[in-house]
Amino acid sequence: MSTPVSTTGLPPAAFALAAHAVEATGVGKVFTTRAGAVTALEDVHLTIGAGEFVALIGPSGCGKSTLLRLIADLDTPTSGELTVFGRSPRAAREAQDYGIAFQQAGLLPWRSVRANIELPLELHGVGRSGRTVRSTELLELVGLTEFAGHFPHQLSGGMQQRVAIARSLAEQPSLLLMDEPFGALDEMTRERMQTELVRICAESRAAVVFVTHSIPEAVFLADRVVVMSPRPGRIAEVVPITLTRDAAGRDEDLREDATFFAAVTRVREALHGDGHVRAARGVDVR
Amino acid sequence: MRAVTVALRQWAPPLVLGLAFLLAWQALVVGAEIKPYLLPSPTAIGTQLALVAPLVWTSALATGANVLVGIVLGTAVAIVAAVAAARSGVVDELMSPTAAAVSVMPIVALAPVLNTMFGTTSTTPRRLIVAIVVFAPVFVTTLRGLRQVQPVHRDLMRAYAASPRQLSRLVTIPGALPYLFTGLRIASSTAVISAVVAEYFGGLQNGLGSRITSAAANSAYARAWAFVLGAIALGLVFYLATLALERAAARRTGG
Repeated sequence: MSTPVSTTGLPPAAFALAAHAVEATGVGKVFTTRAGAVTALEDVHLTIGAGEFVALIGPSGCGKSTLLRLIADLDTPTSGELTVFGRSPRAAREAQDYGIAFQQAGLLPWRSVRANIELPLELHGVGRSGRTVRSTELLELVGLTEFAGHFPHQLSGGMQQRVAIARSLAEQPSLLLMDEPFGALDEMTRERMQTELVRICAESRAAVVFVTHSIPEAVFLADRVVVMSPRPGRIAEVVPITLTRDAAGRDEDLREDATFFAAVTRVREALHGDGHVRAARGVDVR
Repeated sequence: MRAVTVALRQWAPPLVLGLAFLLAWQALVVGAEIKPYLLPSPTAIGTQLALVAPLVWTSALATGANVLVGIVLGTAVAIVAAVAAARSGVVDELMSPTAAAVSVMPIVALAPVLNTMFGTTSTTPRRLIVAIVVFAPVFVTTLRGLRQVQPVHRDLMRAYAASPRQLSRLVTIPGALPYLFTGLRIASSTAVISAVVAEYFGGLQNGLGSRITSAAANSAYARAWAFVLGAIALGLVFYLATLALERAAARRTGG
Protein backbone atom coordinates (compact mmCIF):
# COMPACT_ATOMS: atom_id res chain seq x y z
CA MET A 1 0.00 0.00 0.00
CA SER A 2 3.05 2.22 0.14
CA THR A 3 3.80 2.29 -3.58
CA PRO A 4 1.17 4.81 -4.75
CA VAL A 5 2.30 7.47 -2.28
CA SER A 6 5.25 8.55 -4.37
CA THR A 7 3.05 9.17 -7.40
CA THR A 8 -0.13 10.60 -5.92
CA GLY A 9 1.37 13.78 -4.52
CA LEU A 10 -0.16 17.03 -5.68
CA PRO A 11 1.62 18.49 -8.69
CA PRO A 12 3.52 21.57 -7.53
CA ALA A 13 1.94 23.69 -10.28
CA ALA A 14 -1.43 23.55 -8.53
CA PHE A 15 -0.08 25.34 -5.49
CA ALA A 16 1.68 27.94 -7.57
CA LEU A 17 -1.43 28.80 -9.58
CA ALA A 18 -3.99 29.54 -6.93
CA ALA A 19 -4.99 28.66 -3.42
CA HIS A 20 -8.54 27.88 -4.51
CA ALA A 21 -9.48 24.91 -6.60
CA VAL A 22 -12.80 26.42 -7.67
CA GLU A 23 -14.14 29.91 -7.28
CA ALA A 24 -17.68 30.74 -8.40
CA THR A 25 -19.02 34.28 -8.20
CA GLY A 26 -22.65 34.87 -9.08
CA VAL A 27 -22.65 31.98 -11.51
CA GLY A 28 -25.90 31.31 -13.39
CA LYS A 29 -26.94 29.05 -16.21
CA VAL A 30 -29.99 29.45 -18.41
CA PHE A 31 -30.83 26.76 -20.95
CA THR A 32 -32.86 27.84 -23.94
CA THR A 33 -35.22 25.08 -24.92
CA ARG A 34 -38.10 24.95 -27.36
CA ALA A 35 -40.47 25.47 -24.45
CA GLY A 36 -38.62 28.65 -23.45
CA ALA A 37 -35.77 29.62 -21.16
CA VAL A 38 -35.08 27.38 -18.17
CA THR A 39 -32.97 28.72 -15.34
CA ALA A 40 -30.90 25.81 -14.13
CA LEU A 41 -28.63 27.79 -11.81
CA GLU A 42 -28.87 31.23 -10.30
CA ASP A 43 -26.40 33.38 -8.42
CA VAL A 44 -24.10 30.66 -7.13
CA HIS A 45 -21.25 31.78 -4.93
CA LEU A 46 -18.90 29.02 -3.88
CA THR A 47 -15.23 28.71 -3.08
CA ILE A 48 -13.58 25.32 -2.86
CA GLY A 49 -10.10 25.20 -1.39
CA ALA A 50 -7.26 23.04 -2.65
CA GLY A 51 -7.56 19.57 -1.18
CA GLU A 52 -11.08 20.20 0.12
CA PHE A 53 -13.87 17.64 -0.29
CA VAL A 54 -17.18 19.33 -1.11
CA ALA A 55 -20.44 17.47 -1.66
CA LEU A 56 -23.26 19.04 -3.70
CA ILE A 57 -26.64 17.72 -2.61
CA GLY A 58 -30.21 18.57 -3.49
CA PRO A 59 -33.35 17.26 -5.14
CA SER A 60 -33.56 16.62 -8.87
CA GLY A 61 -33.45 19.79 -10.90
CA CYS A 62 -31.50 21.80 -8.33
CA GLY A 63 -28.64 22.26 -10.77
CA LYS A 64 -25.99 20.33 -8.88
CA SER A 65 -24.93 18.37 -11.95
CA THR A 66 -25.11 21.55 -14.01
CA LEU A 67 -22.72 23.25 -11.59
CA LEU A 68 -20.32 20.34 -11.91
CA ARG A 69 -20.55 20.43 -15.70
CA LEU A 70 -19.80 24.16 -15.64
CA ILE A 71 -16.69 23.54 -13.57
CA ALA A 72 -15.69 20.79 -16.00
CA ASP A 73 -16.30 23.12 -18.97
CA LEU A 74 -18.78 20.64 -20.43
CA ASP A 75 -21.19 23.59 -20.39
CA THR A 76 -20.57 27.32 -20.12
CA PRO A 77 -22.20 29.62 -17.57
CA THR A 78 -24.52 32.31 -18.91
CA SER A 79 -23.71 34.73 -16.10
CA GLY A 80 -21.19 35.27 -13.32
CA GLU A 81 -17.59 34.27 -13.13
CA LEU A 82 -16.09 30.85 -12.62
CA THR A 83 -12.43 30.00 -12.19
CA VAL A 84 -10.65 26.69 -11.69
CA PHE A 85 -7.20 27.07 -10.13
CA GLY A 86 -7.33 30.74 -11.04
CA ARG A 87 -7.99 30.26 -14.73
CA SER A 88 -11.03 29.83 -16.92
CA PRO A 89 -12.71 26.41 -16.87
CA ARG A 90 -11.78 26.02 -20.53
CA ALA A 91 -8.10 26.66 -19.88
CA ALA A 92 -8.27 24.35 -16.87
CA ARG A 93 -9.86 21.61 -18.97
CA GLU A 94 -7.30 22.01 -21.73
CA ALA A 95 -4.52 21.95 -19.13
CA GLN A 96 -6.06 18.80 -17.67
CA ASP A 97 -6.34 20.22 -14.16
CA TYR A 98 -9.16 17.88 -13.23
CA GLY A 99 -10.18 14.24 -13.44
CA ILE A 100 -13.83 13.34 -13.87
CA ALA A 101 -16.16 10.41 -13.13
CA PHE A 102 -19.85 10.11 -13.99
CA GLN A 103 -22.79 8.09 -12.75
CA GLN A 104 -22.24 5.71 -15.63
CA ALA A 105 -18.73 4.32 -15.50
CA GLY A 106 -18.44 5.23 -19.18
CA LEU A 107 -15.72 2.69 -19.88
CA LEU A 108 -14.92 1.92 -23.50
CA PRO A 109 -16.26 -1.65 -23.86
CA TRP A 110 -13.66 -2.72 -26.43
CA ARG A 111 -10.73 -1.78 -24.21
CA SER A 112 -9.38 -3.87 -21.37
CA VAL A 113 -9.49 -2.55 -17.82
CA ARG A 114 -5.86 -1.52 -18.07
CA ALA A 115 -6.34 0.18 -21.44
CA ASN A 116 -9.35 2.06 -20.07
CA ILE A 117 -7.31 3.38 -17.17
CA GLU A 118 -4.56 4.37 -19.59
CA LEU A 119 -6.95 6.23 -21.91
CA PRO A 120 -6.23 9.77 -20.64
CA LEU A 121 -2.50 9.07 -20.61
CA GLU A 122 -2.68 7.78 -24.17
CA LEU A 123 -4.67 10.83 -25.25
CA HIS A 124 -1.99 13.10 -23.89
CA GLY A 125 0.94 11.33 -25.42
CA VAL A 126 2.40 9.45 -22.45
CA GLY A 127 4.67 6.68 -23.75
CA ARG A 128 3.85 3.01 -23.45
CA SER A 129 6.19 2.26 -20.57
CA GLY A 130 5.05 5.31 -18.62
CA ARG A 131 1.43 4.28 -19.11
CA THR A 132 2.08 0.75 -17.91
CA VAL A 133 3.83 1.94 -14.76
CA ARG A 134 1.02 4.34 -13.90
CA SER A 135 -1.84 1.94 -14.67
CA THR A 136 -0.16 -0.74 -12.56
CA GLU A 137 -0.11 1.65 -9.60
CA LEU A 138 -3.73 2.65 -10.15
CA LEU A 139 -4.91 -0.94 -10.51
CA GLU A 140 -3.34 -1.64 -7.15
CA LEU A 141 -4.88 1.50 -5.67
CA VAL A 142 -8.41 0.43 -6.60
CA GLY A 143 -7.73 -3.25 -5.90
CA LEU A 144 -8.21 -4.55 -9.43
CA THR A 145 -4.71 -5.79 -10.21
CA GLU A 146 -5.87 -9.28 -11.15
CA PHE A 147 -8.54 -7.86 -13.47
CA ALA A 148 -6.16 -5.78 -15.62
CA GLY A 149 -6.78 -7.91 -18.71
CA HIS A 150 -10.56 -8.20 -18.27
CA PHE A 151 -13.08 -6.30 -20.32
CA PRO A 152 -15.67 -3.99 -18.75
CA HIS A 153 -18.64 -6.29 -19.40
CA GLN A 154 -16.92 -9.00 -17.36
CA LEU A 155 -16.92 -6.76 -14.27
CA SER A 156 -19.63 -5.92 -11.76
CA GLY A 157 -21.03 -2.38 -11.60
CA GLY A 158 -18.93 -1.59 -8.55
CA MET A 159 -15.75 -2.81 -10.21
CA GLN A 160 -16.51 -0.81 -13.35
CA GLN A 161 -16.94 2.29 -11.22
CA ARG A 162 -13.59 1.61 -9.53
CA VAL A 163 -12.00 1.47 -12.99
CA ALA A 164 -13.63 4.81 -13.82
CA ILE A 165 -12.24 6.30 -10.62
CA ALA A 166 -8.79 4.93 -11.36
CA ARG A 167 -9.05 6.49 -14.82
CA SER A 168 -10.03 9.85 -13.31
CA LEU A 169 -6.92 9.69 -11.11
CA ALA A 170 -4.58 8.68 -13.94
CA GLU A 171 -3.01 12.09 -14.42
CA GLN A 172 -2.78 12.94 -10.73
CA PRO A 173 -5.35 15.74 -10.98
CA SER A 174 -5.48 18.30 -8.21
CA LEU A 175 -9.26 18.42 -8.66
CA LEU A 176 -11.65 15.48 -8.94
CA LEU A 177 -15.16 16.03 -10.31
CA MET A 178 -17.61 13.25 -9.52
CA ASP A 179 -21.21 13.24 -10.69
CA GLU A 180 -23.09 10.65 -8.62
CA PRO A 181 -20.44 8.03 -9.28
CA PHE A 182 -22.05 5.57 -6.88
CA GLY A 183 -25.63 6.41 -7.82
CA ALA A 184 -26.27 3.17 -9.69
CA LEU A 185 -24.71 0.87 -7.08
CA ASP A 186 -26.41 -1.18 -4.38
CA GLU A 187 -26.17 0.08 -0.83
CA MET A 188 -23.47 -2.32 0.35
CA THR A 189 -21.19 -1.76 -2.62
CA ARG A 190 -21.85 1.92 -2.26
CA GLU A 191 -20.64 2.08 1.35
CA ARG A 192 -17.54 0.10 0.50
CA MET A 193 -16.79 2.42 -2.40
CA GLN A 194 -17.25 5.46 -0.17
CA THR A 195 -14.73 4.10 2.30
CA GLU A 196 -12.32 3.44 -0.54
CA LEU A 197 -12.84 6.90 -1.98
CA VAL A 198 -12.01 8.50 1.36
CA ARG A 199 -8.79 6.50 1.48
CA ILE A 200 -7.90 7.31 -2.15
CA CYS A 201 -8.54 11.02 -1.63
CA ALA A 202 -6.47 11.04 1.53
CA GLU A 203 -3.61 9.59 -0.51
CA SER A 204 -3.99 11.85 -3.53
CA ARG A 205 -4.81 15.05 -1.59
CA ALA A 206 -6.94 16.28 -4.49
CA ALA A 207 -9.85 18.65 -4.05
CA VAL A 208 -13.14 16.89 -4.80
CA VAL A 209 -16.51 18.14 -5.99
CA PHE A 210 -18.94 15.29 -5.40
CA VAL A 211 -22.56 15.41 -6.61
CA THR A 212 -24.94 13.09 -4.77
CA HIS A 213 -28.57 12.40 -3.87
CA SER A 214 -27.69 10.70 -0.64
CA ILE A 215 -27.44 12.59 2.64
CA PRO A 216 -25.38 9.94 4.50
CA GLU A 217 -23.03 9.71 1.54
CA ALA A 218 -22.49 13.47 1.48
CA VAL A 219 -21.89 13.61 5.22
CA PHE A 220 -19.59 10.62 5.27
CA LEU A 221 -17.38 11.91 2.48
CA ALA A 222 -17.32 15.67 2.59
CA ASP A 223 -15.64 18.44 4.54
CA ARG A 224 -18.54 20.68 3.54
CA VAL A 225 -21.97 19.82 2.21
CA VAL A 226 -23.46 22.35 -0.18
CA VAL A 227 -27.24 22.02 0.02
CA MET A 228 -29.02 23.20 -3.11
CA SER A 229 -32.67 23.96 -3.82
CA PRO A 230 -34.51 23.69 -7.14
CA ARG A 231 -36.37 26.06 -9.48
CA PRO A 232 -34.19 27.97 -9.94
CA GLY A 233 -31.19 25.99 -8.77
CA ARG A 234 -29.29 27.84 -6.09
CA ILE A 235 -27.30 27.23 -2.95
CA ALA A 236 -29.62 27.02 0.05
CA GLU A 237 -27.04 26.40 2.74
CA VAL A 238 -23.50 25.21 3.26
CA VAL A 239 -23.12 22.76 6.12
CA PRO A 240 -19.59 22.26 7.43
CA ILE A 241 -19.04 18.68 8.56
CA THR A 242 -16.86 18.26 11.63
CA LEU A 243 -16.52 14.60 12.28
CA THR A 244 -13.90 13.06 14.51
CA ARG A 245 -11.20 12.05 12.08
CA ASP A 246 -8.06 10.13 12.72
CA ALA A 247 -4.96 9.98 10.56
CA ALA A 248 -6.31 7.00 8.66
CA GLY A 249 -9.35 9.00 7.58
CA ARG A 250 -12.89 7.89 8.21
CA ASP A 251 -13.71 4.30 8.78
CA GLU A 252 -16.85 2.22 9.08
CA ASP A 253 -17.37 2.98 12.81
CA LEU A 254 -17.99 6.57 11.90
CA ARG A 255 -21.29 5.65 10.25
CA GLU A 256 -22.64 4.76 13.69
CA ASP A 257 -21.13 7.73 15.49
CA ALA A 258 -23.35 10.33 17.18
CA THR A 259 -21.60 13.24 15.39
CA PHE A 260 -22.39 11.51 12.07
CA PHE A 261 -26.10 11.37 12.87
CA ALA A 262 -26.08 14.94 14.07
CA ALA A 263 -24.54 16.06 10.76
CA VAL A 264 -27.03 13.98 8.79
CA THR A 265 -29.86 15.68 10.68
CA ARG A 266 -28.41 19.12 9.94
CA VAL A 267 -28.15 18.43 6.25
CA ARG A 268 -31.65 16.94 6.17
CA GLU A 269 -33.11 20.02 7.83
CA ALA A 270 -31.28 22.24 5.39
CA LEU A 271 -32.62 20.18 2.49
CA HIS A 272 -36.18 20.34 3.68
CA GLY A 273 -35.76 24.08 3.90
CA ASP A 274 -37.67 25.40 6.90
CA GLY A 275 -37.89 29.15 7.58
CA HIS A 276 -34.64 29.22 9.50
CA VAL A 277 -32.75 27.92 6.51
CA ARG A 278 -34.30 30.37 4.09
CA ALA A 279 -33.26 33.27 6.28
CA ALA A 280 -29.72 32.02 6.22
CA ARG A 281 -29.51 31.89 2.46
CA GLY A 282 -27.02 34.26 1.00
CA VAL A 283 -25.29 34.66 4.33
CA ASP A 284 -23.77 31.28 4.63
CA VAL A 285 -22.87 30.65 1.05
CA ARG A 286 -19.14 31.00 1.42
CA MET B 1 -20.67 -35.77 -23.09
CA ARG B 2 -22.88 -32.84 -22.26
CA ALA B 3 -21.59 -30.87 -25.25
CA VAL B 4 -22.41 -33.81 -27.51
CA THR B 5 -25.98 -33.92 -26.18
CA VAL B 6 -26.40 -30.19 -26.70
CA ALA B 7 -25.00 -30.38 -30.23
CA LEU B 8 -27.25 -33.35 -30.99
CA ARG B 9 -30.31 -31.53 -29.71
CA GLN B 10 -29.39 -28.48 -31.78
CA TRP B 11 -28.57 -30.23 -35.03
CA ALA B 12 -30.76 -33.32 -34.99
CA PRO B 13 -34.16 -31.67 -35.72
CA PRO B 14 -33.11 -29.83 -38.91
CA LEU B 15 -31.18 -32.88 -40.12
CA VAL B 16 -34.17 -35.16 -39.55
CA LEU B 17 -36.46 -32.69 -41.24
CA GLY B 18 -34.12 -32.34 -44.23
CA LEU B 19 -33.81 -36.11 -44.57
CA ALA B 20 -37.57 -36.60 -44.38
CA PHE B 21 -38.00 -33.89 -47.02
CA LEU B 22 -35.52 -35.59 -49.38
CA LEU B 23 -37.22 -38.97 -48.87
CA ALA B 24 -40.62 -37.49 -49.60
CA TRP B 25 -39.20 -35.76 -52.68
CA GLN B 26 -37.69 -39.01 -53.93
CA ALA B 27 -40.93 -40.92 -53.25
CA LEU B 28 -42.96 -38.28 -55.06
CA VAL B 29 -40.74 -38.24 -58.16
CA VAL B 30 -40.51 -42.04 -58.39
CA GLY B 31 -44.09 -42.76 -57.30
CA ALA B 32 -45.81 -40.15 -59.50
CA GLU B 33 -43.30 -40.67 -62.33
CA ILE B 34 -42.60 -36.97 -62.64
CA LYS B 35 -40.57 -36.09 -65.71
CA PRO B 36 -36.95 -35.00 -65.02
CA TYR B 37 -37.45 -31.61 -66.73
CA LEU B 38 -40.21 -30.87 -64.22
CA LEU B 39 -38.40 -32.09 -61.15
CA PRO B 40 -35.37 -34.39 -61.04
CA SER B 41 -35.09 -36.80 -58.11
CA PRO B 42 -32.59 -36.18 -55.29
CA THR B 43 -30.63 -39.28 -56.28
CA ALA B 44 -30.33 -38.03 -59.86
CA ILE B 45 -29.09 -34.66 -58.59
CA GLY B 46 -26.66 -36.43 -56.25
CA THR B 47 -25.28 -38.53 -59.09
CA GLN B 48 -24.78 -35.43 -61.24
CA LEU B 49 -23.18 -33.58 -58.35
CA ALA B 50 -20.63 -36.38 -57.89
CA LEU B 51 -19.98 -36.33 -61.63
CA VAL B 52 -19.43 -32.58 -62.02
CA ALA B 53 -18.01 -31.92 -58.53
CA PRO B 54 -14.67 -30.48 -59.81
CA LEU B 55 -16.56 -28.13 -62.13
CA VAL B 56 -18.91 -27.06 -59.31
CA TRP B 57 -15.84 -26.32 -57.22
CA THR B 58 -14.05 -24.18 -59.84
CA SER B 59 -17.29 -22.39 -60.74
CA ALA B 60 -17.96 -21.68 -57.06
CA LEU B 61 -14.41 -20.28 -56.76
CA ALA B 62 -14.97 -17.99 -59.75
CA THR B 63 -18.30 -16.71 -58.42
CA GLY B 64 -16.91 -16.55 -54.89
CA ALA B 65 -14.02 -14.36 -56.08
CA ASN B 66 -16.53 -11.96 -57.66
CA VAL B 67 -18.53 -11.88 -54.42
CA LEU B 68 -15.45 -11.27 -52.31
CA VAL B 69 -14.08 -8.45 -54.46
CA GLY B 70 -17.54 -6.89 -54.68
CA ILE B 71 -18.09 -7.06 -50.92
CA VAL B 72 -14.69 -5.51 -50.18
CA LEU B 73 -15.23 -2.75 -52.74
CA GLY B 74 -18.82 -2.00 -51.70
CA THR B 75 -17.94 -2.04 -48.00
CA ALA B 76 -14.96 0.27 -48.48
CA VAL B 77 -17.05 2.81 -50.37
CA ALA B 78 -19.88 2.50 -47.82
CA ILE B 79 -17.53 3.12 -44.89
CA VAL B 80 -15.98 6.19 -46.49
CA ALA B 81 -19.46 7.52 -47.34
CA ALA B 82 -20.78 6.82 -43.82
CA VAL B 83 -17.83 8.54 -42.16
CA ALA B 84 -18.32 11.55 -44.42
CA ALA B 85 -22.08 11.58 -43.75
CA ALA B 86 -21.55 11.33 -40.00
CA ARG B 87 -19.15 14.29 -40.13
CA SER B 88 -21.21 16.61 -42.31
CA GLY B 89 -24.94 17.21 -42.52
CA VAL B 90 -24.70 18.23 -46.17
CA VAL B 91 -23.02 14.96 -47.15
CA ASP B 92 -25.65 13.10 -45.12
CA GLU B 93 -28.45 14.83 -47.00
CA LEU B 94 -26.75 13.93 -50.27
CA MET B 95 -25.88 10.36 -49.38
CA SER B 96 -28.92 9.00 -47.57
CA PRO B 97 -31.38 9.38 -50.48
CA THR B 98 -28.67 8.08 -52.83
CA ALA B 99 -28.25 5.01 -50.64
CA ALA B 100 -32.02 4.46 -50.67
CA ALA B 101 -32.04 4.73 -54.47
CA VAL B 102 -29.10 2.34 -54.80
CA SER B 103 -30.76 -0.17 -52.49
CA VAL B 104 -33.82 -0.48 -54.74
CA MET B 105 -31.82 -0.55 -57.99
CA PRO B 106 -32.84 -3.74 -59.87
CA ILE B 107 -29.76 -5.83 -60.69
CA VAL B 108 -31.74 -7.54 -63.42
CA ALA B 109 -31.84 -4.23 -65.27
CA LEU B 110 -28.33 -3.23 -64.37
CA ALA B 111 -26.47 -6.42 -65.37
CA PRO B 112 -27.03 -6.20 -69.17
CA VAL B 113 -26.14 -2.49 -69.14
CA LEU B 114 -22.88 -3.07 -67.29
CA ASN B 115 -22.07 -6.07 -69.51
CA THR B 116 -22.29 -3.84 -72.54
CA MET B 117 -20.30 -1.14 -70.79
CA PHE B 118 -17.34 -3.32 -69.76
CA GLY B 119 -17.45 -6.02 -72.43
CA THR B 120 -18.45 -9.65 -72.10
CA THR B 121 -15.01 -11.01 -71.22
CA SER B 122 -14.71 -8.96 -68.05
CA THR B 123 -15.62 -9.91 -64.50
CA THR B 124 -15.94 -6.21 -63.61
CA PRO B 125 -19.72 -5.93 -64.25
CA ARG B 126 -20.44 -8.78 -61.83
CA ARG B 127 -18.16 -7.39 -59.15
CA LEU B 128 -19.68 -3.95 -59.54
CA ILE B 129 -23.17 -5.38 -59.14
CA VAL B 130 -22.15 -7.08 -55.89
CA ALA B 131 -20.53 -3.85 -54.69
CA ILE B 132 -23.72 -1.90 -55.44
CA VAL B 133 -25.87 -4.44 -53.60
CA VAL B 134 -23.54 -4.42 -50.58
CA PHE B 135 -23.23 -0.66 -50.40
CA ALA B 136 -26.68 0.30 -49.09
CA PRO B 137 -27.03 -1.97 -46.02
CA VAL B 138 -23.44 -1.39 -44.94
CA PHE B 139 -23.75 2.37 -45.40
CA VAL B 140 -26.99 2.58 -43.42
CA THR B 141 -25.86 0.42 -40.49
CA THR B 142 -22.38 1.97 -40.29
CA LEU B 143 -23.82 5.46 -40.27
CA ARG B 144 -26.17 4.46 -37.48
CA GLY B 145 -23.24 3.00 -35.55
CA LEU B 146 -21.20 6.16 -35.99
CA ARG B 147 -24.09 8.15 -34.54
CA GLN B 148 -24.39 5.88 -31.50
CA VAL B 149 -21.68 7.56 -29.43
CA GLN B 150 -22.86 7.53 -25.81
CA PRO B 151 -23.19 10.99 -24.27
CA VAL B 152 -20.96 9.89 -21.37
CA HIS B 153 -18.18 8.98 -23.81
CA ARG B 154 -18.58 12.30 -25.60
CA ASP B 155 -18.38 14.17 -22.27
CA LEU B 156 -15.39 12.12 -21.22
CA MET B 157 -13.45 12.79 -24.40
CA ARG B 158 -14.26 16.48 -24.16
CA ALA B 159 -13.14 16.52 -20.53
CA TYR B 160 -9.86 15.02 -21.67
CA ALA B 161 -9.58 17.67 -24.39
CA ALA B 162 -9.37 14.96 -27.05
CA SER B 163 -9.03 16.10 -30.67
CA PRO B 164 -11.76 15.18 -33.20
CA ARG B 165 -9.31 12.71 -34.74
CA GLN B 166 -8.74 11.04 -31.37
CA LEU B 167 -12.49 10.90 -30.77
CA SER B 168 -12.97 9.10 -34.11
CA ARG B 169 -10.08 6.71 -33.63
CA LEU B 170 -10.72 5.77 -30.01
CA VAL B 171 -14.49 6.03 -29.59
CA THR B 172 -16.60 6.55 -32.70
CA ILE B 173 -15.06 4.04 -35.09
CA PRO B 174 -14.59 1.15 -32.62
CA GLY B 175 -18.17 1.75 -31.44
CA ALA B 176 -19.49 1.55 -35.01
CA LEU B 177 -17.72 -1.73 -35.87
CA PRO B 178 -20.47 -4.07 -34.57
CA TYR B 179 -23.01 -2.11 -36.65
CA LEU B 180 -20.77 -2.36 -39.71
CA PHE B 181 -20.52 -6.14 -39.32
CA THR B 182 -24.28 -6.46 -38.89
CA GLY B 183 -24.70 -4.61 -42.19
CA LEU B 184 -22.14 -6.89 -43.78
CA ARG B 185 -23.97 -10.00 -42.55
CA ILE B 186 -27.27 -8.71 -43.94
CA ALA B 187 -25.56 -7.89 -47.25
CA SER B 188 -23.71 -11.21 -47.60
CA SER B 189 -26.66 -13.35 -48.76
CA THR B 190 -27.90 -10.85 -51.32
CA ALA B 191 -24.31 -10.38 -52.48
CA VAL B 192 -24.03 -14.07 -53.44
CA ILE B 193 -27.48 -14.13 -55.04
CA SER B 194 -26.62 -11.03 -57.08
CA ALA B 195 -23.31 -12.49 -58.22
CA VAL B 196 -25.08 -15.63 -59.45
CA VAL B 197 -27.94 -13.76 -61.09
CA ALA B 198 -25.52 -11.33 -62.77
CA GLU B 199 -24.06 -14.30 -64.66
CA TYR B 200 -27.43 -15.10 -66.27
CA PHE B 201 -27.00 -12.17 -68.61
CA GLY B 202 -24.11 -13.48 -70.67
CA GLY B 203 -20.48 -12.62 -70.36
CA LEU B 204 -17.82 -15.01 -69.06
CA GLN B 205 -18.99 -18.64 -68.75
CA ASN B 206 -17.00 -19.52 -65.64
CA GLY B 207 -19.32 -19.07 -62.66
CA LEU B 208 -22.19 -20.95 -61.04
CA GLY B 209 -24.85 -18.76 -62.64
CA SER B 210 -23.48 -19.41 -66.13
CA ARG B 211 -23.31 -23.16 -65.47
CA ILE B 212 -26.90 -23.24 -64.24
CA THR B 213 -28.20 -21.48 -67.33
CA SER B 214 -26.15 -23.57 -69.75
CA ALA B 215 -27.10 -26.85 -68.05
CA ALA B 216 -30.77 -25.87 -68.15
CA ALA B 217 -30.40 -24.83 -71.80
CA ASN B 218 -29.05 -28.31 -72.57
CA SER B 219 -31.97 -29.96 -70.75
CA ALA B 220 -29.52 -31.31 -68.14
CA TYR B 221 -31.85 -30.41 -65.30
CA ALA B 222 -30.28 -32.63 -62.67
CA ARG B 223 -26.92 -31.01 -63.44
CA ALA B 224 -28.44 -27.54 -63.16
CA TRP B 225 -29.67 -28.53 -59.72
CA ALA B 226 -26.19 -29.71 -58.79
CA PHE B 227 -24.87 -26.21 -59.54
CA VAL B 228 -27.75 -24.71 -57.56
CA LEU B 229 -26.52 -26.78 -54.60
CA GLY B 230 -23.09 -25.25 -55.15
CA ALA B 231 -24.65 -21.76 -55.07
CA ILE B 232 -26.43 -22.59 -51.81
CA ALA B 233 -23.16 -23.78 -50.27
CA LEU B 234 -21.38 -20.63 -51.45
CA GLY B 235 -24.11 -18.46 -49.93
CA LEU B 236 -23.81 -20.33 -46.63
CA VAL B 237 -20.04 -19.88 -46.59
CA PHE B 238 -20.34 -16.11 -46.94
CA TYR B 239 -23.23 -15.89 -44.50
CA LEU B 240 -21.44 -17.92 -41.81
CA ALA B 241 -18.17 -16.04 -42.29
CA THR B 242 -19.86 -12.65 -41.87
CA LEU B 243 -21.92 -14.00 -38.97
CA ALA B 244 -18.69 -15.07 -37.24
CA LEU B 245 -17.25 -11.58 -37.82
CA GLU B 246 -20.39 -9.99 -36.40
CA ARG B 247 -20.33 -12.23 -33.32
CA ALA B 248 -16.64 -11.54 -32.73
CA ALA B 249 -17.20 -7.77 -32.95
CA ALA B 250 -20.21 -7.96 -30.63
CA ARG B 251 -18.30 -10.03 -28.10
CA ARG B 252 -15.50 -7.48 -28.09
CA THR B 253 -17.96 -4.76 -27.15
CA GLY B 254 -19.72 -6.91 -24.57
CA GLY B 255 -22.89 -7.21 -26.66
